[in-house]
Amino acid sequence: MIPAAFEYHVPKTLEETLRLLERHGDEAKVLAGGHSLLPLMKLRLAAPRYVIDIGRLRGMSYIREENGQIAIGALTTHADLESSALLLMRCPLLPETAAEIGDVQVRNRGTLGGSLAHADPAGDYPASILALDAEIIAASTAGTRTICARDFFVDMLTTQLRPGEILSQVRVPPLAPRTGAAYCKLHQPASGFAIVGVAARLTLGKGGKIDSAAVGITGVGPKAYRAAAVEKALRGKKPSPKLLADAARHAAQGVEPLSDLHASAEYRREMAAVFTRRALERAIARAQGKKA
Amino acid sequence: MAMRYIGKPLKRKEDPRLIQGLGHYVDDLQLAGMHYTGFVRSPHAHARIRSIDTSKARTAAGVVLVLTGADLQGAIGPVPCAAQLPDMKLALRPVLAHDRVRFVGEPVALVVATERYAARDATDLVEVDYEPLTPVVNPEKALEKGCTVLHEQYSDNIAYRWELEGGDLAKAFKAADKVIRQRLVNQRLIPVAMEPRGVVADYKPGEKQLTVWSSTQIPHLLRTQLAVMLGVPESSVHVITPEVGGGFGSKLNVYPEEALVGYLAMRLGQPVKWIESRRENFLCTIHGRDQIDDVEVAVKRDGTVLGLRCKVIADLGAYYQLLTPLIPTLTGLMICGCYKIPAVRMEITGVFTNKMATDAYRGAGRPEATYIIERMMDLVAAELKKDPAEVRRKNFPQPKDFPYATPTGVTYDSANYQKSLELALRNSNYKRLRQEQAKLRRQGRYIGIGLSTYVEICAMGPSSAMPAGGWESATVRVEPTGKVNILTGSSPHGQGQETSFAQIGADVLGLEPDDINVVHGDTARVPYGIGTFGSRATAVGGTAVYKSLVKLRDKLAQIAGHLMGEAPQKLVFRQKRIISKATKKSIAFGEAVGAAYVAKTLPPGLEPGLDATTFFEPSNFTFPFGVHVCVVEVDADTGDVKLQKYVAVDDCGNVLNPLLVDGQVHGGIVQAVGQALLEEAVYDEHGQLITGELMDYAIPRAADIPWLETSRTVTPSPVNPLGLKGVGEAGTIGATPALLNAVVDALAPFGVRHLDMPVKRERVWQLMRKGRRAK
Ligand SMILES: Cc1cc2nc3c(=O)[nH]c(=O)nc-3n(C[C@H](O)[C@H](O)[C@H](O)COP(=O)(O)OP(=O)(O)OC[C@H]3O[C@@H](n4cnc5c(N)ncnc54)[C@H](O)[C@@H]3O)c2cc1C
Repeated sequence: MIPAAFEYHVPKTLEETLRLLERHGDEAKVLAGGHSLLPLMKLRLAAPRYVIDIGRLRGMSYIREENGQIAIGALTTHADLESSALLLMRCPLLPETAAEIGDVQVRNRGTLGGSLAHADPAGDYPASILALDAEIIAASTAGTRTICARDFFVDMLTTQLRPGEILSQVRVPPLAPRTGAAYCKLHQPASGFAIVGVAARLTLGKGGKIDSAAVGITGVGPKAYRAAAVEKALRGKKPSPKLLADAARHAAQGVEPLSDLHASAEYRREMAAVFTRRALERAIARAQGKKA
Repeated sequence: MAMRYIGKPLKRKEDPRLIQGLGHYVDDLQLAGMHYTGFVRSPHAHARIRSIDTSKARTAAGVVLVLTGADLQGAIGPVPCAAQLPDMKLALRPVLAHDRVRFVGEPVALVVATERYAARDATDLVEVDYEPLTPVVNPEKALEKGCTVLHEQYSDNIAYRWELEGGDLAKAFKAADKVIRQRLVNQRLIPVAMEPRGVVADYKPGEKQLTVWSSTQIPHLLRTQLAVMLGVPESSVHVITPEVGGGFGSKLNVYPEEALVGYLAMRLGQPVKWIESRRENFLCTIHGRDQIDDVEVAVKRDGTVLGLRCKVIADLGAYYQLLTPLIPTLTGLMICGCYKIPAVRMEITGVFTNKMATDAYRGAGRPEATYIIERMMDLVAAELKKDPAEVRRKNFPQPKDFPYATPTGVTYDSANYQKSLELALRNSNYKRLRQEQAKLRRQGRYIGIGLSTYVEICAMGPSSAMPAGGWESATVRVEPTGKVNILTGSSPHGQGQETSFAQIGADVLGLEPDDINVVHGDTARVPYGIGTFGSRATAVGGTAVYKSLVKLRDKLAQIAGHLMGEAPQKLVFRQKRIISKATKKSIAFGEAVGAAYVAKTLPPGLEPGLDATTFFEPSNFTFPFGVHVCVVEVDADTGDVKLQKYVAVDDCGNVLNPLLVDGQVHGGIVQAVGQALLEEAVYDEHGQLITGELMDYAIPRAADIPWLETSRTVTPSPVNPLGLKGVGEAGTIGATPALLNAVVDALAPFGVRHLDMPVKRERVWQLMRKGRRAK
């Protein structure tokens, strides 16, 4: 599999990257881990004229606390997220999600920024990013702007990022007290991507009722979404197996599920409910301080 | 012969170089002035070629040659098919299509450039004007009147009809208490060798020597066919197979690209390379299986099988490759499985469709047969409410019945099916599994226990039953320093014969395995051989090695006896010495070898040198057998099937190296998991392969496989002196029905009687939902 010819740039700084992007506009593609872009190029489904390799930029791969949030550099690999001590302690949903991605090689090369920018409808992170109410920082020669996760995903393979912008950082809040989160996934048997991936984050109030619920779902529709009807059915209620199962039935409400060789729309809809229930059960158990 | 190494789990001699990345595959080959070729392939399943415009490609940077099918008319012979069946229609495939394309991926033009990238780019510049024709995709529709015909010289799409009948079928069905019917689909599979195909060719015009490196299982057959296709003397063609990264039958073939790359090297006087892409590998390397089987079994109430009738529609694809039409007939030969079925009838209809050809893929016709009979045995058991093990036991021939002749005309060499069944039931704790299953069902958990008792036909085979020779060759040379070269005509590519043949050599000559080097896959170095496929390399090729070794041992004994003043028959070879059993006198192995070459102290009349060749012709096939038991659990929410436990008892006769046997069994079972649970080549109604890459074609991964508990019974084969049967395909053959039987067993509470492969979770989920609703 051989890609079409392209001009290859390896900028040394973010500024240089942004200037190159500004100059070449939509003829340019940023290359991060290459695990989505290169397969597309080798199949000649993508043939960018300029490839701007940001993989060697310094200072774009980090996970650190900043002003009460956790800031993650766009070039942080799935493997780094999976094993980050800070995340495992403060936001274990992301390591749990990262661990479900591809295989070791993929996790060693693929990046958080690349995955979100690519916005594959079957990618794993979008579900968790949505459930965490994360913020995404976009940088261009004009400066930076913050996009909240709910607005970020526009359509299949399309995000709010504009030509000339790169995704530079993702910010997530650490989990609040009495909060549990979980990511549950049904793998596509060939690619390993998500047929359904559900991230749930639940916070219990003092009386044991559900104070807040956030559920992000990927794989089902053309873009990842927040399952508002599920969240509504949970809020203010006392958790019980029946409540979780009933709430989970709304997982695909208002969504027209995708249909392909590996799962029909009907099956995706049903599995969205199954995996939402599983994620809720696990998140609740964790919020209650149980091992799950 | 003292067995110091035969039967021992020696680690493979091949492994260090492969593990360290020091193996050389075709793509590792770099020659000065290398050119690269790329193919323009049809995007249509069925179309007429109106015209091809190569002008843009010809003038592209780096391009030295562009050729179409029309340019090559008469220059290269068609793709060879070795199979011959009565009434078989010919469907000759040109190396480049010139007037009509018949499957997606069929090459219509090629580009040669000085650089790999330039060749690939230029293939996009060749403009082909196609007139699309109606694609014929479904093999049953292909048989209907009025269907578009693929090969216009014929009036329909029937490639051949083949029938086989033995015993009194009418009587069997009349005497039956019950007739059990099922339609079974053995889906099309893609072999997916880790290394796709690849060819390099180099021509020396002065010497008129063409050297072709190809990732193939059959270097000599390829050499012969290349000579025929290219119209050059076979003595001018030299084929080398470097390391081969997997074949599974997909490289037991002669492909257009092999002839074309050879032709290009001759035409340009420059070396030319072609490496298949994964996409091309999916589209243009042979596929396997693809049968629809309508089966009827006549049984008595006690479970005795009286007769079996099977109608097969075999989807052959658009053209024949080397053995395409033959493969389904192997299903016919083995349809009785390991049961005494007095009457059978098999009717096969081979059908042309607009797809890549099917051909031999690990098991080649026997997985289909075993799947048919083993699914049917389970259906019989279910229908009669008997345990599947009991029904099988009831129909086994007894050990004293061997050699056992089946009504399909083959003679099983040796077996003890009872023994392997009892061992497998014991090893798997079968009774406890059944109790556990009942307990879990009450908790709403669904495990299934699957059983398969298989027999297969391998060590292909006597030449009388093979299209182009069933023997194998070996030359053994003891070199002057006492080191040994074994030159085998078989062509191992991962099976480990560099190790197992060295084990035979070490024991016959009383040496160490490291004293012995095994050479294969080079037509200029090794004698003409048939190749590695059909689990034949050890049983047939290893026997040739053994016989050549014995010839040299006998010669060395004569020389040593002469030197020592002892009778040669009294001498044994041990620890690099030749020792008299009678007097305990001995000389070093090397001393006798030296005498053979220096040739001053030879017994009168004995030729100098130590070189012996054997062409071994086996008297029969061999028939390995075994019993596989597995446990699956079905996720009641999703329909996901998880393989939880696997117990295999295999009998491949005597074992040269148990590690190699286990490796073959493991790999075979994993490939069966692929067919049973994951894999399917899906062509849509336009004839487009929609599982055309690994993102959509699911193959098993390590995480899908539990610990495989393997063990063996040993029933030596009488058809070769080492008592070997062969084990390269047994795992695939035995495991597929065991897996399916387990899934069906798990779903029994939902009223499921059968489902087709691959077992897709959505289908299981639907069946469970239907079952729940029916309750
Ligand atoms: C075999 C395999 C299995 C996989 N399995 C999974 C899976 O199970 N789940 C899953 O979620 N993913 C999976 N992936 C995808 C993987 O996670 C990719 O790494 C990820 O989608 C893209 O990240 P990347 O760094 O490789 O991006 P690249 O491939 O380098 O880039 C992807 C796209 O994003 C753009 N881009 C990259 N970085 C930025 C940035 N900072 N700002 C703006 N645009 C940017 C690129 O221009 C390109 O368009 C798999 C990939 C492979 C090859």
